[in-house]
Amino acid sequence: MNCAESEVLLHALIDGELDAGHAREVEAHAVVCSDCAEKLASFRAMREAMAGAALKEVAPAHLRNRVEASLTPPAARVVSMRSFFKPTRRSFFGGFAVGSALSAALAASLVLTVIRGDQEQAVADEVVSAHIRSLQPGHLMDVATSDQHTVKPWFNGRVDVAPPVIDLTAESFTLLGGRLDYIDSEPVAAVVYQRRKHVINLFVAQHLGAKHTPTVAESIQGYNVRRWSQGGLDFWAVSDLAGDELDEFVQKIARAVPRSSGAS
Amino acid sequence: MANDAVTEQARMRRFRDAALPHLDEVYTLARYLMRNTSDAEDAVQECYLRALRHFDSYRGPAMKPWLLTILRNVCNAEFARRGRGEVPTDYVQDELVAEEMPMWQEPQASPEKVILQQQDRATIRRLVEELPEPFREAIVLREVNDLSYKEIAEVAGVPVGTVMSRLARARAMLRSAWNTAETATARPGSAAASGIAL
Repeated sequence: MNCAESEVLLHALIDGELDAGHAREVEAHAVVCSDCAEKLASFRAMREAMAGAALKEVAPAHLRNRVEASLTPPAARVVSMRSFFKPTRRSFFGGFAVGSALSAALAASLVLTVIRGDQEQAVADEVVSAHIRSLQPGHLMDVATSDQHTVKPWFNGRVDVAPPVIDLTAESFTLLGGRLDYIDSEPVAAVVYQRRKHVINLFVAQHLGAKHTPTVAESIQGYNVRRWSQGGLDFWAVSDLAGDELDEFVQKIARAVPRSSGAS
Repeated sequence: MANDAVTEQARMRRFRDAALPHLDEVYTLARYLMRNTSDAEDAVQECYLRALRHFDSYRGPAMKPWLLTILRNVCNAEFARRGRGEVPTDYVQDELVAEEMPMWQEPQASPEKVILQQQDRATIRRLVEELPEPFREAIVLREVNDLSYKEIAEVAGVPVGTVMSRLARARAMLRSAWNTAETATARPGSAAASGIAL
């Protein structure tokens, strides 16, 4: 082996890309050629220094949010799916009641079992996307105040529900404010709380996915999600807060919500 | 129509699960290719949108090199669009650059040359960023993104032999700049004390 060959191959050697035969040849050359031996040693040291310098970057959180949000189906697409299936569901129940077209209904019920699961998932994905969107600078709140008596009236006329706004400061959940959000292209009230650095979005609407009692817990894209129905309203709590702390939050909210606050 | 929407959602979910874990790697390459944060972020965003569009034709083998290939194309397209100073990787002749930059000549071996100066992270980053393309891309894919020669060849769209010669030149240039940075920053007399003896 000559120096010209060695100069290229020694990189393959230190990168572990050389077969045993060539590796031995390069090493043998380096024994007799001090020039190549020096290069080998110095490139190895450089490689180690680069590995030790941790040159890998971490994508900033706002970029991660932006990319994630762009990979979430737009609301319009979900709407088209729902509006397609809502009448079907109604006609299914209607058909069942009068006992006609039983086989058709059976077939429809099979489809619905599948579709409703997906539809529920679609709403869940949208809720999480709304949470991620809200974390971008300037998106969290439309009305920023820790005063529940300011937040609650703010929703009047903006959404068709009167979302319960509860002061949980004593329980170390700070009320940050409220926001009007859109899920499934329907206006939804979002009440924003915070514990330590963790933002909690509490989405409240009359119809937001299927009714759930008791609370359903899941984790979507790394966010903890709790959903339940109470007093004619659907609640979704989303946060990066630990699961047990979010459960605590849900319990406190659920306990404080009047039994029939309902639609206004 | 409804089934399309359901399929599309399932597809997006599959794509997110497969592609999002590589976000840091993609962003890292973008930072070194674009050399500034906001251009890098735009390139990453565009890369993921393109990748989603082409996800159906993705047949593997590995997601990371596939995403990095798309990112590289996005960056080169951006440079081509701007048509200014930055030269797209594809249009650079390796030999031409090597002629312009006589770093290929190695310094003669002598005892003090056997010392590779300790450099901090910021200096190493800057030295890598200052490498011309396509050598910068090759060294980042190798040393930072940890790709194999074969994967680098796929990403850069060149034979493995070209990858090897690019890496050899990249390291030679880097080492030369590394030692220059040493003389520029080291105080007289302190060079030997802070150097790494080999």
